[in-house]
Amino acid sequence: MPDQRFRVTAGPLDANAVASIVSSPDCGAVTTFVGLVRDENGGRRVLWLDYEAYEPLAVKAFTRIDEEAGERWPSIGLAIHHRTGRVEIGQPSVVIAAASPHRAEAFAACRYAIERIKQIAPIWKHEHFEGGEVWIEGATADPMDDDARRMAFAQCS
Amino acid sequence: MFVTIRLFARLREMAGAAELRRELPDGSIARAAWDSLVRDFPDFDDYTKAVSCAVNEEYARMAAPLNDGDEVAFLPPVSGGT
Repeated sequence: MPDQRFRVTAGPLDANAVASIVSSPDCGAVTTFVGLVRDENGGRRVLWLDYEAYEPLAVKAFTRIDEEAGERWPSIGLAIHHRTGRVEIGQPSVVIAAASPHRAEAFAACRYAIERIKQIAPIWKHEHFEGGEVWIEGATADPMDDDARRMAFAQCS
Repeated sequence: MFVTIRLFARLREMAGAAELRRELPDGSIARAAWDSLVRDFPDFDDYTKAVSCAVNEEYARMAAPLNDGDEVAFLPPVSGGT
């Protein structure tokens, strides 16, 4: 059975369900990050987003992010679910849950995970806006780029 | 040898295909697969500096050696998250 913590799915995301995967009796804190589709980007009226993923590599990227976070914060448990396909305004495109005995590590690991997703997860968004469409292209994905990894850690301290 | 090439997002649209098969000389590296695409789709050259690659569902360098039957994916700059 695949690891339920790391998923790419065309179905709707449920933050509580993702949080429950990592919650356990020894965890006093669970933080969730829910990324939502926004109705504006760079002055454009966004109508919806279409997400495309290289699914097996995306799941491996999530696993790698978990390993990286675990080296820094050994007590955390992490889950990442990301959408593919059409996602409407206000709907979640990504849910991250980080659980830890204490809150500081849970907040930090959650932030680290979203920063790294944007750097190395092979996922693309196709923005449909009033008057056109455009592929949003962000970072050249390179998991071995230590500078990028340090930048992600720097966001969390 | 033959390899399967996977394309995503804008590269997929530019090529008009998510998957292509290419014959390459034995001993080729991933960059040779990319170069063959640039010959067929000159606009791909805009991505030569920014593209990432994966071989058999693992991130790889453009210098990675290829073997017959490998799956080589070329990834434009990513934009997951929110």
